[in-house]
Amino acid sequence: MRYEAPNSVEAAVDLLAATEGAYVLAGGTDLLVKLRAEMLEPDLVVDIKRIAGMKDITAENGGWRIGAAVSGAEMGEHAGLLRDWPGVVEAVGLIGSTQVQGRATLAGNLCNASPAADSVPAMVAANATLRIVGPKGSRDVAVIDVPASPGKTTLAPGEFIASVFLPAKPEHGGDAYLRFIPRTEMDIAVVGCGVSLVLDGAGKVSAARVSLGAVGPKVMLVEAGAEALIGRAPKGDALEDLAAVCSAAATPIDDKRGTVDFRRHVAGVLARRATEIAAIRAKGETA
Amino acid sequence: MALDSSDKPRTFKVVGTRPLRPDGIDKVTGRARFGADIVAPGMLVGRVLRSPHAHARIVKIDTSKARALSGVKAVVTRADFGAVPDSVADVIDNCMAGDKALYDGHAVAAVAASSAAVARKALRLIEVEYEVLAHVSDVDAAMKPDAPVLHRGRQEESVPEGYSQNVMSRVEFGHGDIDKGLAEADRVVERTYRTGATHQGYIEPHACLATMGPDGQADLWCCTQGHYMVRNTCAAILGMEQGQLRVTASEIGGGFGGKTTVFLEPVALLLSKLSGRPVKMVMSRSEVLRATGPTSSSSIDVKIGMTKDGRITAGFAQLRYQGGAYPGSPVDMGSMSAFAPYDLENVKTVGFDVVTNRPKAAAYRAPGAPMAAFAVESAVDELAKGFGLDPLEVRLKNAAREGTVASYGPTFPAIGLEATLEAARAHPHWTAPLGENQGRGVACGFWFNFGGDTCVTLNVTPDGTVTVSEGNPDIGGSRASMTMMAAEELGIPYTQVRTIIADTGSLGQNEVTDGSRVTFAVGLATIEAARNAKREMCKRAAMVWGIDEEAVEWVDGAARPAGPNAGKHDPMTLKEIAAIASNTGGPIAGHYEVNAEGAGVSFGTHMVDVEVDPDTGAPKILRYTVFQDAGKAVHPAYVEGQFQGGAVQGIGWALNEEYIYGEDGVLQNAGFLDYRIPVASDLPMIDTVILEIANPGHPYGVRGVGETPIVPPLAAIANAVSAAAGVRMTDLPMSPPRILAAIQGQKGG
Repeated sequence: MRYEAPNSVEAAVDLLAATEGAYVLAGGTDLLVKLRAEMLEPDLVVDIKRIAGMKDITAENGGWRIGAAVSGAEMGEHAGLLRDWPGVVEAVGLIGSTQVQGRATLAGNLCNASPAADSVPAMVAANATLRIVGPKGSRDVAVIDVPASPGKTTLAPGEFIASVFLPAKPEHGGDAYLRFIPRTEMDIAVVGCGVSLVLDGAGKVSAARVSLGAVGPKVMLVEAGAEALIGRAPKGDALEDLAAVCSAAATPIDDKRGTVDFRRHVAGVLARRATEIAAIRAKGETA
Repeated sequence: MALDSSDKPRTFKVVGTRPLRPDGIDKVTGRARFGADIVAPGMLVGRVLRSPHAHARIVKIDTSKARALSGVKAVVTRADFGAVPDSVADVIDNCMAGDKALYDGHAVAAVAASSAAVARKALRLIEVEYEVLAHVSDVDAAMKPDAPVLHRGRQEESVPEGYSQNVMSRVEFGHGDIDKGLAEADRVVERTYRTGATHQGYIEPHACLATMGPDGQADLWCCTQGHYMVRNTCAAILGMEQGQLRVTASEIGGGFGGKTTVFLEPVALLLSKLSGRPVKMVMSRSEVLRATGPTSSSSIDVKIGMTKDGRITAGFAQLRYQGGAYPGSPVDMGSMSAFAPYDLENVKTVGFDVVTNRPKAAAYRAPGAPMAAFAVESAVDELAKGFGLDPLEVRLKNAAREGTVASYGPTFPAIGLEATLEAARAHPHWTAPLGENQGRGVACGFWFNFGGDTCVTLNVTPDGTVTVSEGNPDIGGSRASMTMMAAEELGIPYTQVRTIIADTGSLGQNEVTDGSRVTFAVGLATIEAARNAKREMCKRAAMVWGIDEEAVEWVDGAARPAGPNAGKHDPMTLKEIAAIASNTGGPIAGHYEVNAEGAGVSFGTHMVDVEVDPDTGAPKILRYTVFQDAGKAVHPAYVEGQFQGGAVQGIGWALNEEYIYGEDGVLQNAGFLDYRIPVASDLPMIDTVILEIANPGHPYGVRGVGETPIVPPLAAIANAVSAAAGVRMTDLPMSPPRILAAIQGQKGG
């Protein structure tokens, strides 16, 4: 196995494009585990941490550009991110242990392509986009377009994610992410739910994005969830309707982590609870 | 010599204090050597090829391509072991499959190679032709007459007609007349309870290093609960004399019963014999879960009758345990312990030992008892609640006490069950208020405890320090406890004694570290070895003083004249006697060898508060208190640690841990992500209350404490969850999907 740590995006792309069986190393919290478990035997590992910008969080058009190698711990201590996108920050903060947080990244969580990835529903709810670089240059795509199926992404050979962009936080906007796990930490989502919403002057929802994880082969944006909320105050019947459409939208399977019935029901419960938290945040209160 | 023992209660100086453990610094700094830390010059890497099928006939194994690979030094299959004595036939078949692979993960071949990469490649080059057979993983399914059969012709005569040959044996215990007792009851609860198979979850995977020379002498280093057992078992399998194989136990990162047998060790020895090189083998976590010994899953029918004032009139249980691919589930101990906390006129238990296509069950902390207690203590709780009676009062009313004829036969001497119940009733936890969606549960538990073959040698060095050699791996702080008992008996400071775990060449036979035996049995032998050394030291003093040795006594770490008639002599300390030992007859030592009897049983009562989220079924343990009789707590911190550890393993068993098999009989969760042992944030501080009802069978009153604390938690937590959720939970684990389904079922939704 060869290890390379190029200094530029171009060099990294060249290496990745030239070698079949090459893997990108950012935090390594998935890759190194798979190596150790002998699930993978890569010919080449390309470490992108030495490329300029990969470890930076920078303000851009009112939003935030987060380099692909920025760790969860770094995000958790960034005042601007915490203020604007607390749901995304807490979602990435749920990944693994304190030690893992020192390495784990948003881009890695996305590229691992697990349907249960915690940060992905939060990024989808936040309408985050990605800057993907590759042999044909760079392109920006929505997060929801990257996962293809469990373990697979839509990235082409030689491509990798250079950064994640969280857009400007809307005025009176708030987001939240909740997951259900059988334990209290060090676990994988049985259901995950991200909610981002905007309140109007009357306290009604004017815009919303609701996403679910771990209840289908890939993250899903539940349009009916947004429709259940828009034009209504985020409480009472609106939340019951939201829960019902989220339960209906979920397409889970029975497996070792939960049953279809359980996941459907909890998808609704989490959507309701996450919406309540996002609404509190949208009002400028702490939750 | 007169020893300073008498009938009056002993005042301890060292025992009962909390010194630092002698192995502590090594373990927190990484200096301690565990199984995988042992290395030898020129060692090879050993790897095992495992069956991907739950049940398959092994038609043919072709190892020629693997053998031809550069760097491969040896390949073994079962054929290379040849014939073995009947006593170890199942053991070797579990280590290396014979005609059939009996479970997913069953070893079918092994290689020794110059590197891990070569070994991995070699495994891929081994061609195994399987004839896949129908399999069965569930205990009740395996008992049905038409179930796929694992072994033919091995069923014992105790099994009645109508069961498949997977039912290996049947046991029965009890006394009185169940029907008569049930007729006297005002209410009878009859339910079926089920528990999942759980793994001990020790953090350290199995590991060993074996080396055998051309002269047949061999050394083995391994992580085990009993290196004497490893020696005897491997010697029998490999046709060696026991004296030719020296086994040294590494430090051990947990065992809980799971390291009381062999898996890799005979394979590593044979690979070393064939390759002429040291061979090291280390299991992955996945191998540990797939191929070592979890405990049984169980299915238990209970029928208990009670009068409206809380008297149990009859108790019956039929217990069905699957013990994996070979006979030997702990259903016998489950059947014996099920009703042990009760003084019953009419009691009967029937147990069935069943084989299935799963890894062979190994011992797990109080083997067989937690499931039985779960079933019985759940039914008792339901009866008490049904009559509006206090569950602690009901247990006190029916509690086994001194003179009770136990359900499994013997008459109890002084026991501590009532003391634990009374302590529980008096504890602030019992009357603390509960909130919405919260419930409180209690349950009792029992374990037999054990003694067995034990050797201790205690040597006095020329400078007057003391070394104790014992033959049981230190799992729960036993080096600290032995050091304390030796220091207590000799009357010298704790820091003047060092205890080591000796290899199999250094002492006689020692039982495995199991049955909560070590503090009791090795402690007893340590005390007696110290007494023998004291006798010798009194003799040396008598020689110096020119008086009769009977006129010398040992008090506070020194030989002294026993009375005025013995003459006036200044006391001689241990140090002073040690300094002149060479001139008074030679080095001083004491040793003691015994098959220790008199291990006192231990009872415990657990109390737990749980909150259940009614929308998700998620349970949260809010508060937990353990009350248990320790006889005499030698090192109270380690006794508390045993109480806490047992409770925590019980919490895992009750809430999330289970072996999950797919339709194909393959284990779905062979890793710590989906085999969910509790993490620290899942748990409150586990509070403990130590009761001390002295065991008359031990010089200091010690009872084993390691196993009893895992017996009550399953039932205590189930009783609490049932109270919080408003519905009786009968199947473990009580995972959130299961609790939510029960809540929704109760609502009729």
